[in-house]
Amino acid sequence: MSVQHWTFLLVGVSFALYLGVAFVARARDTHGFFVAGRGVPAIANGMATAADWMSAASFLSMAGMISFLGYAGGVYLLGWTGGFVLLALLLAPYLRKLGHFTVPDFVGDRFESDGARLVALLCALFISFTYVAGQMRGVGIVFARFLEVEVDVGVVIGMAIVFVYATLGGMKGITWTQVAQYWVLILAYVIPAVAISWQLTGTAVPSVGMGSELSGQGVALLAKLDQIHADLGFASYTEPFVGEWDKLNVFCTALALMAGTAGLPHVIVRFYTVKNVAAARWSGFWALLFIAALYLTAPATAAFARYYVFDSLHGKTVAELPAWYRTWEQTGLVAWFDDGDGKLAYHGPAQAERNELFRIGTLTAVEFGTLRAQHQQWLDSSGTAGADARPALRERRLAGPDADILVLAVPEMAQLAAWVIALVAAGGLAAALSTASGLLLVISSSVAHDLFYRLLRPQASEAQRMAVSRATIGLAVVVAGVIGIYPPGFVSQVVAFAFGLAAASFFPVLVLGVFHRRLGTFPAIAGMVVGIAFTGTYILGTVYLGWPRWCFGIGPQGIGVVGMLLNFAVALLLARFCKPASATAQALVDRLRG
Amino acid sequence: MPSPASSPSPSSLAPARHAAAHARHWRRSVRLTLLLLVVWAVAGLGCGVLFADWLAGVHLGGFPLGFWFAQQGAIVVFVGCIFAYAVGMAVLDRRLAQELAALPVEPAAAAGDAATGGGAR
Repeated sequence: MSVQHWTFLLVGVSFALYLGVAFVARARDTHGFFVAGRGVPAIANGMATAADWMSAASFLSMAGMISFLGYAGGVYLLGWTGGFVLLALLLAPYLRKLGHFTVPDFVGDRFESDGARLVALLCALFISFTYVAGQMRGVGIVFARFLEVEVDVGVVIGMAIVFVYATLGGMKGITWTQVAQYWVLILAYVIPAVAISWQLTGTAVPSVGMGSELSGQGVALLAKLDQIHADLGFASYTEPFVGEWDKLNVFCTALALMAGTAGLPHVIVRFYTVKNVAAARWSGFWALLFIAALYLTAPATAAFARYYVFDSLHGKTVAELPAWYRTWEQTGLVAWFDDGDGKLAYHGPAQAERNELFRIGTLTAVEFGTLRAQHQQWLDSSGTAGADARPALRERRLAGPDADILVLAVPEMAQLAAWVIALVAAGGLAAALSTASGLLLVISSSVAHDLFYRLLRPQASEAQRMAVSRATIGLAVVVAGVIGIYPPGFVSQVVAFAFGLAAASFFPVLVLGVFHRRLGTFPAIAGMVVGIAFTGTYILGTVYLGWPRWCFGIGPQGIGVVGMLLNFAVALLLARFCKPASATAQALVDRLRG
Repeated sequence: MPSPASSPSPSSLAPARHAAAHARHWRRSVRLTLLLLVVWAVAGLGCGVLFADWLAGVHLGGFPLGFWFAQQGAIVVFVGCIFAYAVGMAVLDRRLAQELAALPVEPAAAAGDAATGGGAR
């Protein structure tokens, strides 16, 4: 069977599995719809949390980014796993104890303010929509590459699947679907990594193989990578703090991602689904353990793929180019513009003018096609006609292959069987769909519970609330799909925005809500507003308005840390002068502390 | 765990002693949390970032140590932190349950230790 047949088979079987699971575990009331009846075992919740948390970006893009960033790629690993520690130690058990449905619900009750509830609600909606658009796009890309349908058609198919099982199953259905999705995505990630580790280093465990010697070469993989990088004009792979990733920016970005992770509403609500506080603590452990299975493998995949790219491309002639290159060349995500010597050369920034490997980036297919045609003419005529495309591509900063292809290309690089390649496609879809469904549920519960029930219609009946929940999920799926089909150019930048805002708004207010008993309404809201305003302004200014990085040279990805510190400082300072929390709110804090 | 309000006692001092036991439990929980956060910060932000350039000279197999912490070691330590927290809190919860169980049979004599439930603030 061909790769495409296998892909149709595996994707079809996995989709049928998700729908079946959701049907069996469907929710019948708001309790089941929002918090799965609070009956999910810790280990199952751990798997569901892991699938919820690991998005299309974790699965498809992260190893690619690490591969190109080297040491600095570790900020994503540190940030996204380290944040889980903050969540499990500082927030999850306490929030579970109070037994709310949503994060804005806790903020509203703890600080006794509908204003605070509304601010938290808007943050939750903004973060969720930003995120879910990226997931839908990921679904579309996997469909486009492996099933050869248009990206847009892929997005619509993905929307339909999520629509069915999210409206039907609610949190209960989603939870058990995510457990199934975890296994699909982790197998799809680890199997190719083990195979490529075995081929390159003779070690089956990727994390060990990454630190081992290359088979038959007597030199460690990472030392070899550093050597290649030095020879071809790239910055060192393992050496810390090169280029714009200085120590302060690495530190701030890692910390902002950590605090942002701990403040992400779709991860926090997962802890509302378990039986009790002890189960919430244990499910935090299981979740990070299951996440670590992918996050410890990703940097190894990154290093192996990096080596493979050089080993199979640099210095090769047309006849020697590997099959995976030919597959991906058709997409424009990697392309060779020869200088006339017939040998491919892949060089880094220090030897930029010698580089011949580029990518399509943000160019349209027509623009890229024109550049290629002119370049071919230039080659055929030995420089008398056409035009050398390389300076134009260099100017647009499009040197090197696209980072997104690496994970999808690894099984092909390692020449694995067709079914493994198909499994990776199913895994990418599992990662995107599981995260999308978790986010859609947050959107639905924010609107149906916090906005409709708590703020607008407190007398609404159970049946009305269920109807609003289902309608909101349906509407949210459509909106997310539309953003996925017509992505505003800034989607990728907006994700950094989501983490920065979560770090500067939710995280401090939640931590203080638990650990500062006397903190009253005004200081908490003031802190949140200052944190959001500062972070939002700085990101908008530096990304869109061309401001210099006036805050100690910190980039937009790391500025959430400063926003977070401002939020803490403002809240704690004002708490000295303002009215403390009411007796009711303080009793609530006593209750959550046990 | 019973909450302080849910266990009324004939003795007038018993609620205060319940509250004191809960306050001690809270202080112990905060100490455990802080200890684990120090471990978290040293492994992740310390060895992974702040000292990464100093650790680059040290090798662990084929890994420079700072690079290893940033891409592997810190994650392993993080998993350990949450594991230690779940176990540690289970121990503290059991200790609180024992303290509370021991309360009613004790004579309500030591008025001096009727520390208020003010706790960590």
